[in-house]
Amino acid sequence: MTATLDVGRIREQFPILARRVHGRPLAYLDNAATTQKPRAVIEAVRRFYEERNANVHRGAYTLSAEATDAYEGARARVARFVGAADAREIVFTRGTTEAINLVAWTLGLTRLREGDEILVTGMEHHSNIVPWQLVAARTGARLAVAPITDAGDLDREAFRKQLSSRTRIVALAHVSNALGTINPVRELAAEAHEKGALVLVDGAQAVPHLPVDVRDLGCDLYAFSGHKVYGPTGIGALWARRELLEEMPPWQGGGDMILEVRFEGSTWNEVPWKFEAGTPNVAGAVGLAAALDWVAETGLPAIAAHEADLLAYATARLGEIEGLRIVGTAPRKAAVVSFVLDEVHPHDVATFLDADGIAVRAGHHCAQPVMDRYGVPATVRASFAAYNTREEVDALVASLRKVREVFAR
Amino acid sequence: MSDLRELYQEMILDHSRNPRNRGVLEHATHRAEGRNPVCGDQVTVWVDVDDQGVIRKVTFDGKGCAISTASASLMTEALVGRTIEEARHLFDEVHGMLTGDPAGEQEAAASGREDLGKLEVLSGVKEFPMRVKCASLPWHTFLAALEGRDDPARTE
Repeated sequence: MTATLDVGRIREQFPILARRVHGRPLAYLDNAATTQKPRAVIEAVRRFYEERNANVHRGAYTLSAEATDAYEGARARVARFVGAADAREIVFTRGTTEAINLVAWTLGLTRLREGDEILVTGMEHHSNIVPWQLVAARTGARLAVAPITDAGDLDREAFRKQLSSRTRIVALAHVSNALGTINPVRELAAEAHEKGALVLVDGAQAVPHLPVDVRDLGCDLYAFSGHKVYGPTGIGALWARRELLEEMPPWQGGGDMILEVRFEGSTWNEVPWKFEAGTPNVAGAVGLAAALDWVAETGLPAIAAHEADLLAYATARLGEIEGLRIVGTAPRKAAVVSFVLDEVHPHDVATFLDADGIAVRAGHHCAQPVMDRYGVPATVRASFAAYNTREEVDALVASLRKVREVFAR
Repeated sequence: MSDLRELYQEMILDHSRNPRNRGVLEHATHRAEGRNPVCGDQVTVWVDVDDQGVIRKVTFDGKGCAISTASASLMTEALVGRTIEEARHLFDEVHGMLTGDPAGEQEAAASGREDLGKLEVLSGVKEFPMRVKCASLPWHTFLAALEGRDDPARTE
């Protein structure tokens, strides 16, 4: 039995939740896009700038040493959070997108040959499609797609059929941002490994909602973003097995990633610093560590249980609205409800909801192939976090009923 | 809600439910596609211009919200019978109205601001910055058609 969340106390820790929008209390239901930040994160970033700001890995002075400690401490915090064997398996990036691009432009280029295949799923975010298309065009490799079912699950049989000795890389979402589907990563990774493929997991939508242990999952690379897990924007991480990081050539060149630079040629720093050219986002890393501390203290199992309750409640309540169809009904879902209303475009829905202070996403969610799969141009998406309440779901439902009234005449 | 009523006036709802001049225009002299990459909206506009440079007919098709559909529908009605020159002038005026751009408004006033008639119903859009592109996409696409641009029109 997990402890239940004291949502009232949690809400008090998020200053932005006190604000009003169009005279109404803000109901922030776009957490799959980005989460709000608790005071602990905002304070950690502020304190870093007020007390410890300096460049890292450079100065022989106290402040620089403290900044370096803070930055490397954040790396260790991330490593612990995702179950990495060693902090040196964590590369800081701007976010999930940059992490996937880093892999595509290093391992992708070195491992892919003409006729090889990269296998993705039909529910990927554009950030786990486009980098592979770019690298496929460069290498002559082919992008293969494992389709999804009507409910929004990966078609496991089709996935197995797509896997072959030509498959070099399998790149898949842990949790779908548009549908909420949770993929059975451990089983899929095992199947991919049988064929000798590497497995990269886009964990952007998973890390905020479910305990992630990269070694338990059995994948080779795992990417996620700080801003979706209550941390700052512009910071994220790539986890990879140490030997893979050793194998990967550098991507961006510059300061900090080198051992020695001569005009005749240069040598590289050790991993993970080999992949961190230029002054990194130190304050972002510090804020991310504070966010992960906050999640750990609040308790991820309790957060997950609370979000599961909201998801079930929202699914039931939305189901009562005539003409509303939920897109993505997989049995295992994270806190995302995507839906369409008959005869009303999602953008119009979102404008009406905004007038009632309700923030949802309307659009293709950077997952156009998913929209095409279900024959809709866009959906409305409500996505939940630790601080959301059943009352906010009620407000969403009431506002949607008003939309129906205006458009159904 | 009062602002919303400004935006979603009855005429807008009517044109979005029953768009006028929707569908392919055979023998069109101009055609262009428009896309809003942010929301995935897409529209195609066909224009038939006669030998005298007068617009005989405009049609559109595509996927979009109520605002973009109504804007396209109203546009197809408003352009008929205008010369290309006049149509460009109307574009400037509508664009100024949608964006609430004072420079555009002044320019329009200086060059003889005309009564926009039914199109005034779109003026509520300027209070909704996120929706301006919805209303302006068909107009940008119309302009792209006149100019014979091959790349899909955007709203920038």
